Amino acid sequence: MDVLERYEPLIGDFAAFRDACERPLPSVVRVNTIKTTPDRARAALDEAGIEHETCEWNDGLLRLPQDQPGANWPYVHGWLHGQEEVSAVPARVLDPDPGDRVWDACAAPGSKTTQLAALMDDAGRIVATDDSLGRISALRTNAERLGVTNTAITHEDARNHSLKPFDGEEYDHALVDVPCSCEGTIRKNPDTLDEWTIEHVRGIAGVQKGVLRRAVQATRPGGTVVYSTCTFAPEENEAVLDYVLAEEACELVDVDLPLESVPGVTEWAGEAFDESVRRARRIYPHHNDTGGFFCAKLEVTA
Amino acid sequence: MSDESAGDDGATAENVGTRFDRLPATADERAVEGRSTRAEVLEWWEDRFGVDPDTFADYTFWERGAGKVWALRGEEPTPVDIEGLGITFLRTRQEHWKPTLEAVQRFGDAADRNVIHLSREEARRFVAGEDQELDWEGDWGYLIVTADLAGETEPLGVGMYVYGELRSQVPKGRQREF
Repeated sequence: MDVLERYEPLIGDFAAFRDACERPLPSVVRVNTIKTTPDRARAALDEAGIEHETCEWNDGLLRLPQDQPGANWPYVHGWLHGQEEVSAVPARVLDPDPGDRVWDACAAPGSKTTQLAALMDDAGRIVATDDSLGRISALRTNAERLGVTNTAITHEDARNHSLKPFDGEEYDHALVDVPCSCEGTIRKNPDTLDEWTIEHVRGIAGVQKGVLRRAVQATRPGGTVVYSTCTFAPEENEAVLDYVLAEEACELVDVDLPLESVPGVTEWAGEAFDESVRRARRIYPHHNDTGGFFCAKLEVTA
Repeated sequence: MSDESAGDDGATAENVGTRFDRLPATADERAVEGRSTRAEVLEWWEDRFGVDPDTFADYTFWERGAGKVWALRGEEPTPVDIEGLGITFLRTRQEHWKPTLEAVQRFGDAADRNVIHLSREEARRFVAGEDQELDWEGDWGYLIVTADLAGETEPLGVGMYVYGELRSQVPKGRQREF
């Protein structure tokens, strides 16, 4: 069955979308500014004879057309981290400052956690949560290799995240980059849709709603929560936002995105969503020649 | 920067290996036998590698697991029962304390003694986990290993120098063959 057909009504240039989904993606690395600068990382790749090109919207993201991220000297020094281009979007949208207190609700394996830490100059606090010990092991390995010292890691179901270990202190920001049906990663994993079912989409949407609710509750009034997925399914995107807008004290705000994108959709499968979900952004693979992505920013109002 | 809890009864407590306990500031405040103190940790980095204690002014140190010391930027209430707190930093509770590769890559820039600089070929063997014969006039024991990268000297990892040989301490998961 062809899962992507269901999105034809949403996507303007569906042929371009289909074509892009069939092209593989190049390897991309993020420069770890806790340990070096983009200029020095580029110089180190030059020394190693590794071809690279800088992503137009982010000086610290380098495409490696010919190489894998892990097999070079700057990687060994913890200067680089393999991370898909669109996966670097939500931490940029969250835009934390050094000294902030940030919750990363579904953190492992830590690409976005470590990017948040770098944006915070490794100061302030990140609490990074995951419900799988195996994935936490990968998170810890990545955080250590990149020299991240401002992060505390908790093992729990994010829907029941406890502030107790930290004396109940609320967060300035939360990143809710939830597990999803991953349709947007099809260019990296061509078989990602083989096991797609609508039951799975509905089931995982329930988890996503629970995690986003908890994030809004755990963030102080005036703080922000970024919600992101790598799927096109409105059930996991706008429908989740619509639910949390009704249940919790929060509102959607505009997302400042340096990439081509389109607004969130207000109708899907006979359901209408809160008009403000238009403030969320959909990134399709043919927009910027990347993977697919969805990103929204909420402000906590009480 | 310490407030180690001694337990309500004030008796000497045992190390609980599954949670993070903040290191006491000094030996006078030590409630858990064998636990290193913040003062000892700072002194060790200064004595062994010439690292100015101010380098760690914003850091708290924690023990989780026997002798495993972690470094965290900033403070948190102690004890805390979670899965990670900053980076693993130092192995204590043994005769010769041993810094981690992560600590050396993060803070090794501030070291000015017991630092051995390797050529590209020597560095290649070091990260592959190989031992190698090298000339070294300084102390035996754990050394900070550096190599050149993009025009500057950069800390790479930890080696142990004994009997004319530099033994790579790069953990298996961090080894690379070039």
